[in-house]
Amino acid sequence: MAGNAIEVSGLTKAYGPLRAVDGIEFTVPAGQVFAFLGPNGAGKTTTTEILEGLRNRTSGNVRVLGLDPWKEGDELHRRIGVIPQEFKFFEKIHPREAIDYYGDLFDRPVDPESLLKRVYLLDKADSKFDTLSGGQKQKLGLALSLVNNPEVCFLDEPTTGLDPQARRAIWEVIRQLKADGRTVFLTTHYLEEAQLLADQVAIIHHGRIIVRGTPGEIVASRGRPDRLRFESGPELARYLAAHLPFAVTSEDGHVDVEIATPADAQRVFDTMSTSGLGTPRFTVQRDSLEEIFVRAVGQMDDGLLKSEGGA
Amino acid sequence: MRPRRIVSDFKVTARGYLRNSAAIFFSLIFPVILIGIFGLIFSSSGSLPTLYVLNADHNSAASRQFLATLNATHAVSVSLVNGETPQGFSDYLQSQQYSAGLVIPAGFGTAYAAHDPVQLPLYVNPGDQATSGAAEAAVGSAVTAFNLHAANGSLIVSAAMSEIGGRTYTYVDYLVPGLIGFSILTSPMFAMTEVTATYRKEGLFRQLSLTPLTRAEWLTSKIMWYTALTLAAAAIMISMGYFLLGARFIISWEILPFLLLGPFLFVSLGMLSGSIAKTPETAAIVGNIITFPMMFLAGTFFPVSSFPPFLQTIAHLLPLYYVIDGLSAVMLFGNNVRALVDLVVVLVIAIVIFIGAVLAFRWREE
Repeated sequence: MAGNAIEVSGLTKAYGPLRAVDGIEFTVPAGQVFAFLGPNGAGKTTTTEILEGLRNRTSGNVRVLGLDPWKEGDELHRRIGVIPQEFKFFEKIHPREAIDYYGDLFDRPVDPESLLKRVYLLDKADSKFDTLSGGQKQKLGLALSLVNNPEVCFLDEPTTGLDPQARRAIWEVIRQLKADGRTVFLTTHYLEEAQLLADQVAIIHHGRIIVRGTPGEIVASRGRPDRLRFESGPELARYLAAHLPFAVTSEDGHVDVEIATPADAQRVFDTMSTSGLGTPRFTVQRDSLEEIFVRAVGQMDDGLLKSEGGA
Repeated sequence: MRPRRIVSDFKVTARGYLRNSAAIFFSLIFPVILIGIFGLIFSSSGSLPTLYVLNADHNSAASRQFLATLNATHAVSVSLVNGETPQGFSDYLQSQQYSAGLVIPAGFGTAYAAHDPVQLPLYVNPGDQATSGAAEAAVGSAVTAFNLHAANGSLIVSAAMSEIGGRTYTYVDYLVPGLIGFSILTSPMFAMTEVTATYRKEGLFRQLSLTPLTRAEWLTSKIMWYTALTLAAAAIMISMGYFLLGARFIISWEILPFLLLGPFLFVSLGMLSGSIAKTPETAAIVGNIITFPMMFLAGTFFPVSSFPPFLQTIAHLLPLYYVIDGLSAVMLFGNNVRALVDLVVVLVIAIVIFIGAVLAFRWREE
């Protein structure tokens, strides 16, 4: 596969005066995992549903696998897999039957055993859907979305509300999807998930994309510098500040020293050994996507509050 | 329309239904219970109302002759009461909750032989019209016969009565087509109203819209399933009525169009009422508002012809009326012309509602 699996430009969705999605733009190269982040109500699900062809757009251009999702939905649906938020299905159906059913609908041969094994649900192959746990239901949703061997998988908050083990199982399946060469469009509000799985990340807030890039790029450009943190008091902070050209702060029984390179770290340790203040325990601090996300969303809300207050 | 998808959806629907014990109870077992209960309650109504007679003149040949004449009317069955006095007879009837009683006073035979006027006290409960009417008719005709005989006269004019259609219809005969109609109405209406509203709320239709399954295929499989269910329920009710309750009816292929069009009509109507309601809760209310009048007024439990005129007018506005009327026309009267008219009415209503349902029913939103 080559080129872009998803192309979006100037996408807008308005509900009356409210613009749930306000002119967003992004592309997802084929074969990548794209994580779409944002607080609740930011426009994540609306955007996802427009891409899936479940919802019409107000304006803008959208192409998934080169197709218009709303007008060419039937063609598109044969080539994509979708798991909605909180997957629900017929109450009394067994997972094995559900997979056979989807095989019939898509007119494809299926092997329920291997598909259920793949999503770690084989032990529940013959249980009624309404007896499955939230995580097991989600796994069935995942298995069904794979019946048609999709080129693009849409996963809308696939791990929300699941226990840590179920989340890890789903992450494993997502990694496998990427290894198969499929494109994955993932929405989540677990930043850890995006950082672990995604090639690219976009953060949407109030219908607009406010941050975009690879997790590494975002951390590098938006994050604060890495910091060496010592469990020590103001005395050490003063000594280090006096002997080194780095920013030093002291707070709550720990001392942070901002560094840029391993050589900087070496200089800090050398200086410490001459201080005669002993060698306290230390950690390396680096901004996670989560901290950047919280700060970016917070700053935007502050900005909105100020502009509203000034009006 | 791909048969493979319809068949697969039909299998899923059937399995889901068969694993739902409440649904099975309501669609197959409940009508059987209804037919049993109603059949038992009303099968006794085929027998004659009872007239309780206190014969205070039991030694006379005339009083025995009068009792024999009463019996010969075949309007009542006579039950003799012993150990009561004519004075206390009214109180006795009341205490036993009997609706009709007659006293043959002491000296009846002597008076009759002497051509002296004599009165027979007849007590009736006007609240029980069937019994009191029959008692009045039977006693009246026996009295007339005695008077004529005393005057050496004979009947000049008499009516020759026979049953319409050359046979007697019992309540159970009417009950079977009525309850088949009940089952054609209730199973698809309740289930489809709920399914349509719930699937929409829970996003199941959106889920299905992401597959090649079309709305028409989905709807076709539902109609097929409820038709199969209707055929099963009808077979059970017909055999129960025939073998257990002694109902008699004509079994012919003309029943089939109603068993096919009925589910088509009410699956569509259920889908329509589930589609126009915003939530599953309001859908249930809308469904009940449509279903309940039909459940009672379309001739399900009692023939519409026994209703007061204004209720008959209402009944003619209900789609189910034409299903049940058609079934009765075929099964009871062999009146295929009337059945054909009913069938055309059902077909027209079904098509209109089907189109409305397809228009109101959406897989996905704007």
